[in-house]
Amino acid sequence: MATVISLSRVSMEFPALEGAGTVKALDNIDFDFRSGEFVVALGASGCGKTTLLNVIAGFLTPTSGEILNHGHPITGPGRDRGVVFQKHALLPWLNVVENTEFGLMLQGIPASERRRRAQENLSLVGLSDFQRYPIYQLSGGMQQRVGLARALTCDPDMLLMDEPLGALDAFTRENMQELILRVWKATDKVVFFITHSVEEALFMATRLVVMSPRPGRITHEYSLDFCHRFLEIGDARKIKSSTEFIRMREEILSIIHGEEVDEIADTTAAGGAP
Amino acid sequence: MSLNPFARKASLPIVDQYGAPGRGNSTFISLVTIVVILGGWWLITHLELIRPLFLPSPEMVISKFNKIACTSHYTEVFLVFIGALDEVSAPCHGFSEHALHEHILWSLYRVFTSFFLAAITAIPIGVAMGMSRFTRGVFDPPIEFYRPIPPLAYLPLTIIWFGIGESGKIFLIYLACFAPIAINARAGVRSVSIEQIHAAYSMGASRGQVIRQVVIKAALPEILTGMRVAIAFGWTTLVAAEMVAAKAGIGVMVLNAARFLATDIVFLGIVVIGAVAFVFDLAMRRLEKSLVPWKGKV
Repeated sequence: MATVISLSRVSMEFPALEGAGTVKALDNIDFDFRSGEFVVALGASGCGKTTLLNVIAGFLTPTSGEILNHGHPITGPGRDRGVVFQKHALLPWLNVVENTEFGLMLQGIPASERRRRAQENLSLVGLSDFQRYPIYQLSGGMQQRVGLARALTCDPDMLLMDEPLGALDAFTRENMQELILRVWKATDKVVFFITHSVEEALFMATRLVVMSPRPGRITHEYSLDFCHRFLEIGDARKIKSSTEFIRMREEILSIIHGEEVDEIADTTAAGGAP
Repeated sequence: MSLNPFARKASLPIVDQYGAPGRGNSTFISLVTIVVILGGWWLITHLELIRPLFLPSPEMVISKFNKIACTSHYTEVFLVFIGALDEVSAPCHGFSEHALHEHILWSLYRVFTSFFLAAITAIPIGVAMGMSRFTRGVFDPPIEFYRPIPPLAYLPLTIIWFGIGESGKIFLIYLACFAPIAINARAGVRSVSIEQIHAAYSMGASRGQVIRQVVIKAALPEILTGMRVAIAFGWTTLVAAEMVAAKAGIGVMVLNAARFLATDIVFLGIVVIGAVAFVFDLAMRRLEKSLVPWKGKV
């Protein structure tokens, strides 16, 4: 499997809010994203997951270390790395299809061509019938699907998803998990997905990294194949209620919970009941 | 038969003790208020409780309207035009040598010229203030300094600088319109979310594209709010601007009428100023609804 994005000894420091000194949001991260992977980062609030995503997206420049994209250093955001945000970040003055083709419009691609590509991706996320809708008339789940279609329409190598399902209700969330996995399978992108939910992380990842805060580090890494099993049999509940899945879930919860106890922080962020 | 004693009167405002404060439709109540004010005016003048010099009757104001607007003159012009009459005989004197519509047009010309000039300068400056630390640093002190000063206070200065021609009047109204547009445009830039900007950059947008395609459009609702406030400010400043050597204009009409104690014309002028301002505001609200339908929904 070819390496797409490669991080070596990446650190990110922010000035501390109170007093002098700095907060280390990322501490010497070494990580490779390989083609075909669905990487999920899991961890409590403040563990540096979002900082890691922003550094890969190019919105932040790391304090030290190197990030290579197909062997070339990342200097800023680019079309090869599409981003889906927690809050949809769509443009309310454009309708669904105009939002989806926005990236192609910026590149100056002819209207008919960009409309065709936008429609392809809207049908991939099941929104073909909503092309003319203003985005403020869509539900939260549909808005996130437009966000996904918009990112896909620029045809990036990699999709960066920053808690894309965090604001959705439980039922929509499960449907979106399945949809994202099917889109991943159909488009063959490398995905970097951030979540607070242990179950979501286990279900979706081919590789799961658990991060711990202050300083932000990757403490555990798992190779998983629950997502492949889902794509084969198509029954999410059966996978999520299997003995193996539940055993993994408890193991990871106890890791995060153990760190939380050390940190004397709230336990709600781990996504499960304490 | 309904058990709910209020069911029949559902359209009337019912005080809901535990509901949101101020809920319900108030149109009917407002209509009653207007009728009471007009009726009271009519009653007071007809009972001759106050002398017409201080409070002219509604009929006097309406007849002054017909005289100044040259209603019968223009009716005859229309009749001649459609061939129902041979020649126009009714005279048209107007007031201060101008008919009412000429006064209104002169005032509209001043307000809209100033408003237009203010919009094309204040929108870019306001957006630039929101986008750049340097521009904000440069423009913030002068704008914040002059903004609270009443236009009447710097009116003498505009006369010294621009003389008593049109440019001084337009400059005065321009200043009144400029600040609200610039300040709202600057605040509007803040309403764009960092995610929207990041999304645009990650789709390959240049800085110029982010400004044109994302920031300005996200700021549009607040820019329009600024324009709505500005046109009201401009109209308010109009009378002050027309105090100085204007020949025609709705403000001039009121000022000249006051000099001759023509209270009915003063009343008429005030009603016209209020009516035009009301039409402006309605038009701006319409514009807002059609240009920024997403306002307040995101």
